[in-house]
Amino acid sequence: MSTRTARPARREDQAAITYREAVRESIREAMHRDERVFLMGEDVGAYGGCFAVSLGLLEEFGPERIRDTPLSESAFVGAGIGAALGGMRPIVEIMTVNFSLLALDQILNNAATLLHMSGGQLNIPLVIRMTTGAGRQLAAQHSHSLEGWYAHIPGLRILAPATLEDARGMLWPALEDPDPVLIFEHGSLYNTSGVLRPGPVGITRSALRRSGRDITLIAYGGTLHKAMKAAEELASGGVEADVIDLRVLRPLDDSLIVESVTRTHRAVIVDEGWRSGSLSAEVSARIVEHAFYELDAPVERVCTAEVPIPYARHLEEAALPQVPAIVAAARRVIAS
Amino acid sequence: MPSLGADMESGTVIEWLVKPGDRIGRGEPIALIDTDKAVIEVESFQSGVIEAVLVEAGSRVPVGTPLALIGDGRQAAPSVQEGPTPEPPSAETPEASAVETPALPVREKPTPEPPAAEAPEPPAAEVPAPETSAPPVPETPVPVMSVPETPAPPVPAPPVTSPLVRHLAEERHVDLAALHGTGPGGRITRSDVEHAGRPSRPKASPLARRLARDLGVDLADVPGTGRTGAIRADDVRRAASRTGEPARAVPEKSRAMPEKSAKAAPDRVAKGRARPEAARRQRAMRQAIARAMARSKREIPHYYLATTVDMSTALAWLRERNRDLPVARRLLPAALLLKASALAAREVPALNGFWIDDAFAPGRAVHLGVAVSLKGGGLIAPALHGAADLALDDLMAGLKDLVARSRAGRLRQAEMTEATITVTNLGDQGVQTVHGVIYPPQVALVGFGKIVDRPWAVDGLLGVRPLVEVTLAADHRATDGYTGSRFLSAVDRLLNHPEEL
Repeated sequence: MSTRTARPARREDQAAITYREAVRESIREAMHRDERVFLMGEDVGAYGGCFAVSLGLLEEFGPERIRDTPLSESAFVGAGIGAALGGMRPIVEIMTVNFSLLALDQILNNAATLLHMSGGQLNIPLVIRMTTGAGRQLAAQHSHSLEGWYAHIPGLRILAPATLEDARGMLWPALEDPDPVLIFEHGSLYNTSGVLRPGPVGITRSALRRSGRDITLIAYGGTLHKAMKAAEELASGGVEADVIDLRVLRPLDDSLIVESVTRTHRAVIVDEGWRSGSLSAEVSARIVEHAFYELDAPVERVCTAEVPIPYARHLEEAALPQVPAIVAAARRVIAS
Repeated sequence: MPSLGADMESGTVIEWLVKPGDRIGRGEPIALIDTDKAVIEVESFQSGVIEAVLVEAGSRVPVGTPLALIGDGRQAAPSVQEGPTPEPPSAETPEASAVETPALPVREKPTPEPPAAEAPEPPAAEVPAPETSAPPVPETPVPVMSVPETPAPPVPAPPVTSPLVRHLAEERHVDLAALHGTGPGGRITRSDVEHAGRPSRPKASPLARRLARDLGVDLADVPGTGRTGAIRADDVRRAASRTGEPARAVPEKSRAMPEKSAKAAPDRVAKGRARPEAARRQRAMRQAIARAMARSKREIPHYYLATTVDMSTALAWLRERNRDLPVARRLLPAALLLKASALAAREVPALNGFWIDDAFAPGRAVHLGVAVSLKGGGLIAPALHGAADLALDDLMAGLKDLVARSRAGRLRQAEMTEATITVTNLGDQGVQTVHGVIYPPQVALVGFGKIVDRPWAVDGLLGVRPLVEVTLAADHRATDGYTGSRFLSAVDRLLNHPEEL
């Protein structure tokens, strides 16, 4: 946990900022811009958030707008839906995606569905933020990557900010969206830091994070940086990779993927979800549907081993997609 | 193989519409022939019974090659099992029967002794080529073979197959008895039939497959360098550059089109649907057009005439007429232009016909060739038969039908060969004046530009009238400018009296 953030950094444009601070800044900005915005969740107030994202916000905005909730995901997500129906713009924080399953009924059967079932009368302008992913020895009940499941549900917009800019910029357009938006923050990203390039970001398109011509690496969230590292390593061997950051997992923007694969003719998908029935499977299917005659090799996927995420560090590392595995997959595709 | 166009040198039998034993009438379509410009139904010149098919579907043969034998039907039914054979009969050997003369063979008495079982080739000129999928029981118990001197060994048990497989095999002339079944218990499956006679499909990436098609590379000749020998895009590119001017070892496929490859890559739209031989066909059509047009410009001394026709009367008449008609039956101005051309050609018969052997041969009727541009590029000018005698409605319907079938590649033989004068209408494209090239051996080509409103002097006053530029390209060997001007005057007069059309 960060210790240096008793007070959030004020606008020091050239100073390094962490992903955590970027998310916090986005919440602060939203609270200032729109008084209907409030944050609620487990330990978001007095404790400053389980991942210290909301540290200092209770002092700044008071307990009316930074609300600690009981340990019942179903109840407080349901309350968020009610508040959104009532005209508020709630940001609901769920500690991890594993716990969000307790609120899945509210998310799927109410938030994602009411607009449809009310014949278009009831929008749910709700934003749910949650932590996803492994890599911090938090064991199987806190470490899974289930955003692919949510990306299956019509009626939701699913975001996966992997960069400081997206961590800083995605919240506001998400709040402006009249329908429910889920933001998945990968736990390993909170401490990453860098210089933020300020400016608005969109929440509809995927992004090209690196340009190459030999192969397309497709990643999002916690795997983007691994894919970028793999691309660097490949470049040292003379293989130039396109790296695509999906950013928006639903509705999936496949135009960039198709455009890129049309140039490179090869693709590797990196996904921290389990392989079977995963988002990586969906991306692979889109490639085959839209760029079959551009493919010069089978699509490869680097995914998490199909086991509950282990606690032991070496086992956890072995279970997750890692840079050497991505490089190896890319080389296989190039050679095949 | 009939000649289905002035410059046709060879053709490919795409599909047989009849099989040995079928009784056919004169004028009945018997086969589909690909002439590089279109797929044409070939009609029989006489009635009779198909005794043998001499050219297998898929083969390309020069014009003049006998395609099939037509007999009077009193001969042996060809589907009789030929001699007792201990092993499954070998696949048909069309070469053996191809040596038969095209003349009708007389076979009152069949061959006295059954051919030796060891000799796979039946004695030429005696036994008609057996139908490939020999049914175990002859359809009609014809006394073909005299009584065998040796007792017939048991008829081999028919292979166990499904109706679908038998149907497919018959359609594709595949001998089921010669097939090795890969299904349970050696059963012949659908894919066994589909792959019969075909080399196994080489392993290649989708991109490589597409490139091979675009570049005209035969995958069978490309060594694969991928894992487990898969052919990849680079392998195809290498093969294409090696081939350069490709050898015609695989005449059906190996036509490199390097200039096309660069453009083909970004095109994602039509790739899945393009047929394998699309590139080859495209090139072949271009070559056919090139031959005809080069011959035209080489041999025909063209003269060109043009006139401007005021279309206001015609269009007003057309509007009036169309007003009461449902949309589907309305006439387009093109129908008037075509009809006027056809009537003018009848009025000036010297322009309606062919220049053959240093003399003009007039056409018996006006079969109006209509230039139709094809979607994938290229051009074809099939005939609208008896256009001068068609009522406008019928002409319009005929035109629609002709255009649709041209683009679908389904034209009839007569339409390809019998046009007596051709009309090209580029008005749709916004062209003002057409200077046409005559399609030999015809002697004239009529061109229409776009109908546009222009200033026009009428009765000493300046008015704005819809005008069309009508041009005539004509063969100076056959006619002179005076004849041509009579034709254009006639077109002008007819278009100013649309009620006569």
